[in-house]
Amino acid sequence: MSTAVAEGKTWGGGNEPLRASYGKMMMWFFIVSDALTFSGFLAAYGFSRFKFIDAWPIADEVFTHFPFFHGQDLPMIYVAFMTFVLIMSSVTMVLAVDAGHHMDKAKVTIYMFLTIIGGVIFVGSQAWEWNTFINGDYGAVQTKGGNILQFGHYIENDGEQVFKRVAVSDFAVSAAHQDRTQHKSKNGLWFVDEGELPTYTIDEIIHGLQANKDVLIRTQVINEEGQKTVLSRAESIDQIMKNGKLYVKGANLQVNEYGSPLFADFFFFITGFHGFHVFSGIVINIIIFFNVILGTYERRGSYEMVEKVGLYWHFVDLVWVFVFTFFYLV
Amino acid sequence: MAHEHKLAIFQGLVKFKSNKQKIWGVLIFLTIVTAIEVVLGIYKPQILMSMFLGMKILNWIFIILTLVKAYYITWDFMHMRDETRGLRRMVVWTAVFLIIYLMFILLQEGGYVFDVYDNGYIKKDF
Repeated sequence: MSTAVAEGKTWGGGNEPLRASYGKMMMWFFIVSDALTFSGFLAAYGFSRFKFIDAWPIADEVFTHFPFFHGQDLPMIYVAFMTFVLIMSSVTMVLAVDAGHHMDKAKVTIYMFLTIIGGVIFVGSQAWEWNTFINGDYGAVQTKGGNILQFGHYIENDGEQVFKRVAVSDFAVSAAHQDRTQHKSKNGLWFVDEGELPTYTIDEIIHGLQANKDVLIRTQVINEEGQKTVLSRAESIDQIMKNGKLYVKGANLQVNEYGSPLFADFFFFITGFHGFHVFSGIVINIIIFFNVILGTYERRGSYEMVEKVGLYWHFVDLVWVFVFTFFYLV
Repeated sequence: MAHEHKLAIFQGLVKFKSNKQKIWGVLIFLTIVTAIEVVLGIYKPQILMSMFLGMKILNWIFIILTLVKAYYITWDFMHMRDETRGLRRMVVWTAVFLIIYLMFILLQEGGYVFDVYDNGYIKKDF
């Protein structure tokens, strides 16, 4: 055999280093690089959290909602459900791969379909979670230094004094006279626009706080027992009069009623980037699904394409396992 | 085309008859682990709140359980168990080394920045 022929065999695709096909190996390399991107995000989250380790929001208090169960305190349950959905869709994916090994077109079709459904449920849940987080629930006051002051009062629960949050809208006194109205380009400078004004001014909240004797302020600072510090009545009034600046409700890239705005930024970035991966995974799954139906892989004699997209899909699940731990649990 | 799967998990403690059975077995295991995580996350037993190597024991448990889950997802769902040793090392060691490196640097620096604030060189509590 001449060298030219041998070279053609070795480099022309006939050779399989590490007994993995070209496509599968490249998918593994892509996964490694993508894993590093995600770890970059999560490590940056860790950095910011360590930077504000004594004042970071407690995830249990942020994600307490479950669809159709309004006003109930159900921390973690919905995220656990989402995790389970994603693991379940990973299982149907690996079952599709297994059916592909047996060249069973009907079963591959069914399992691919179930995988897509699982992915759609997950992305939908993610959207709901974002919506809840963006809308917020109690509202809070941001100080001049960018810290968050939340409100609540002590109630008796099984003979114990428990601090319960109070929504700002429940105690703020609306003043008849508003200091200013929203600047719109039609009634002011035509080339300048201003976002919506906060629902309450600081004065309204201060008046409400003075009128409601039992309402106290809770700061971001985490005390020895791992809970946020609650100020005394005098301290509360003093703190809001001196430092209160802006009423905030919900979270966006600038403000976050649950605490540090960085928490919201990372939440949007990391879960958003992951959600985008799930979304593209669904799109790729759909393409493969139709190829399966059309019999492309049946003709090709191998369902390796299902395996490759399966690797990607499992990776998305894998990342979620880490996001779940570092965002919601730790 | 033969597709050989290694059907034993937990160092051969549990052996499955077919690949399909193994998938369901791993699912049950992952579900149990997730359930433990959620229950611990909600109740936060006081006994696990003490510090160990600069972190709460509870958080160590969460991280270890996460790595366990990651291992089984990669090894059994992504069939890493059936790949050659070379491919396995290429993927796992590269990622593990770089991630540990990055984590160490950023967390160390974050802790330092916290100390700078905490010791009062820069004021942020107003």
